[in-house]
Amino acid sequence: MSLLEIDNVTLRFGGVTAVNQVSFNVEEGEVFALVGPNGAGKSTIFNLISRIYDPAEGDIRFDGKSILNKAPHEIARLGIARTFQNIELFEQATVLQNLLVGRHRHRKSNMLTELGFTPFVRREERRHREAIEKVIDFLDLQPYREKYIAGLPYGVRKVVEMGRALAIEPRLLLLDEPASGLSVEETQDVAFWVEDIKKQMGVTVLMVEHDMHLVSSVSDRVLALADGKMLSLGKPHEVQNDPKVIEAYIGVADETEEAAA
Amino acid sequence: MDVLQLIVSGLANGCVYGLVAMGFVLIYKATEAVNFAQGDFMMLGAFICLGLTNPQFMGLPFWISVPVAIAIMGAFGYALDLVILRRMFGQSQVAVIILTIALGFVLRFIAGLIWGHEPISLDSPIAGRDVRFGGIVLGLDEIMVIGVTVLLTIVLYFYFNRTKLGVAMQASSQNQLAAYYMGIPVKRIQSLIWALAGMVAAVAGILFASKGSIDPSIGLLGIKAFAAAVIGGFGSLPGALLGGVIVGLIEPFASRYIAAGYSQIMPYLLLFVILVFRPHGILAQVHRKKV
Amino acid sequence: MRTVFKTSYDADINLFRHAAQRNWYIVLLAAVLILPFVLSDYAIGEMTNLLIWSIACMGLMILVGQTGQASLGHAAFLAVGCYANVLLQERLGLPFILSFPLGGLIAGIAGALIAMPMTKLHGVYLAIGTIAMAILTDDLIVLATPLTNGVTGLFAPDIEIFGYNFNRYGNPNGLYFLILGITLLVVLLYRNLQRSPLGRSFAAIRDSEISAQAMGVNVARTKAVAFGISAGVTGLAGALIGHFAGIFNNETFNIILSIQLLLAIVIGGLGTIHGAFFGAAVIALLPQTIAMGRDALNQMIGSGSIAIPGLEAAIFGGILIAFILFEPQGIYGRWFKIRTWFELFPFYRRDMFRRQKSYLKTERMR
Repeated sequence: MSLLEIDNVTLRFGGVTAVNQVSFNVEEGEVFALVGPNGAGKSTIFNLISRIYDPAEGDIRFDGKSILNKAPHEIARLGIARTFQNIELFEQATVLQNLLVGRHRHRKSNMLTELGFTPFVRREERRHREAIEKVIDFLDLQPYREKYIAGLPYGVRKVVEMGRALAIEPRLLLLDEPASGLSVEETQDVAFWVEDIKKQMGVTVLMVEHDMHLVSSVSDRVLALADGKMLSLGKPHEVQNDPKVIEAYIGVADETEEAAA
Repeated sequence: MDVLQLIVSGLANGCVYGLVAMGFVLIYKATEAVNFAQGDFMMLGAFICLGLTNPQFMGLPFWISVPVAIAIMGAFGYALDLVILRRMFGQSQVAVIILTIALGFVLRFIAGLIWGHEPISLDSPIAGRDVRFGGIVLGLDEIMVIGVTVLLTIVLYFYFNRTKLGVAMQASSQNQLAAYYMGIPVKRIQSLIWALAGMVAAVAGILFASKGSIDPSIGLLGIKAFAAAVIGGFGSLPGALLGGVIVGLIEPFASRYIAAGYSQIMPYLLLFVILVFRPHGILAQVHRKKV
Repeated sequence: MRTVFKTSYDADINLFRHAAQRNWYIVLLAAVLILPFVLSDYAIGEMTNLLIWSIACMGLMILVGQTGQASLGHAAFLAVGCYANVLLQERLGLPFILSFPLGGLIAGIAGALIAMPMTKLHGVYLAIGTIAMAILTDDLIVLATPLTNGVTGLFAPDIEIFGYNFNRYGNPNGLYFLILGITLLVVLLYRNLQRSPLGRSFAAIRDSEISAQAMGVNVARTKAVAFGISAGVTGLAGALIGHFAGIFNNETFNIILSIQLLLAIVIGGLGTIHGAFFGAAVIALLPQTIAMGRDALNQMIGSGSIAIPGLEAAIFGGILIAFILFEPQGIYGRWFKIRTWFELFPFYRRDMFRRQKSYLKTERMR
């Protein structure tokens, strides 16, 4: 049984079919990449998993059970974490506070004990802090702990976004274009982190990415999409060399040229 | 017969609410700000016209002071945006709401200083005259209100949807940075929109003053007009008018057929119901954000 | 210039960042405790009034500053708390020590209930919803005249705790200390909120609802909790206003008051406890200041004392416009900058707090 099963899912926005009968499984412990030109439906699939949208047809199963009856805020509790393409961090808070919100899923105290700040709440706060310090160490965010997000450079924000998702201690991590806007060195860092997330933390990664170097170096399997439809599924080099994928990205050779040649 | 009177006077009131509501929607559509002082703009427009027309102040002929008052309010709106609202560029909606509320307080006070707090009547040629046809008698002032409002709504609707300036105004409210990239002079457009809202408010004020006496606190009807705009659909000009008409019609009928205490709260009850079940109003205009 | 060395996580969890900060607040507390022995009865009455308004401002601040939800109708919760407290004492004969917290609880529940339809609304629509709520509450109080005595209003009995009477005129110092104690409890509650997961989830909703949701925050329910806590604290303030004023009716808690509360916390400094106190100072002390200013002007110019209606509101509005244009962080923001200037002297850089240029993006597409 796969960790995540997308089963014949379709989603329409008015007249546009954003996702058209897409099916794939993500196995536990693998790194699975979604690639495709813009508008292919990749982030939409993420939003379907996060329950922001409801599919018109099909089913989505996590650990064998359908999640279509879950509200968006219940997804984190299942162990699914995500990052956002356009970075949705809490601008008026520090990096530390952003990461601590990631621990919300592990909250054991309730409103009354927190307002009274009982010793139990204090112990819990220390526990949460220790947990996110591990994330800070993993991502080298130490210099930025007390800084407000509003003043941080783009590259650091991307890393904090990933850190916040890791703070959930997920089983499945959805990374939405983790390398977009990053320099070559920063992208290499992302590659190392994804490797470590897979091997050291045992977290399954589903990522949307445009950078084919990153995809081929870390992914176990790739699914290529275009216009909401599946094009090709398999190992990175298989998908890269699939003629349908090449056609979607680059196009087909002109017939008159071929005849002339 | 009686019912017809109620309908016409309700419609006339509703048109005034509708005009003020349209002022709200104009500013909202172009700058995504809500001008809580729109009711006080209306009050100011009415008083400026009064100050120009009435013999104890300047005593100009009515047909001169109307366009002058409208022009002055237009300039006032433009200047207000230039001096105060430009500095709010990019700040949150709530900040602008709070600012305009405070502005309303100040405007009310200034009007009281200049024209006093006692109710005065505008010396208008359309007040108190009747129109008769087919055995029915209706007030000329009420007919004028309805007529002018409908005309203005049609003009504004076409302005926003067909003219280049109108479309540019819509664009700059949806994404300022992108509008800049397209060469739209966003700040100047914003000022023009405030000028337009000021002029519409002046028309509303003059029409309102023709129906009865005015004093500086009439601006508080802006709250009711605001409720009307939301009921009708906040992003839509015809919606604003529709909402205004609905509220204007509910009031006289509610006070006639429902117990006295309840008639006051009918508009706000309706507003609450709309907010719960169809928050974007009757003629809604809302879309989904892609994350 | 101070360098803070942290040796345990508790340094970030504790109420005070470091010992020096704690000491400053101890000094402040001492000063506040000495006041009754230094000031006249009238001045102590004014300070008590200020403390009551601080509680009201903190209540609204929890909703607007911490959770980012606009409320233009919070006077409704002042009313609920006030009426509930007095009616519990008069109709059910409960002592103050029970009716007071119960009044707050009832206001809190009312807030949570009202929040339920409001949670789907944003920005403008939320603001207008709260206005509608405020106007409806005003009318409901009149409609429920058999219970609330409608337009005539109610008298609030003296506060009696274990036989000790806290009348505003008979025992001003006692009342001052009682309300000071309540205020400190509310401050503690607010601080605990800020450093706990609940407060962080409030701030998350303020900054990005969609990612708060992705982190597992139940946005609708958390908003209702925020409304509830905010309404509860405001209700407590309302109950105290009732006792302090002695008499009240539906007009006491009108929409102008709601708007003034909101203006006050923006002037004070949005999102901070200090801001609530500064804002309360503006509300409580402005009428007196204007009166004194007018008296001084009369003495200088020799004109008769004319009552100018709407002057207070206009000056309030003028102060707010000035702050929003020149110091959007409010009085606390300015105080913070001044303090930083002293702390970093002479290394304070002029553009340290410069805001980034931002462009408006439509909120219609959420």
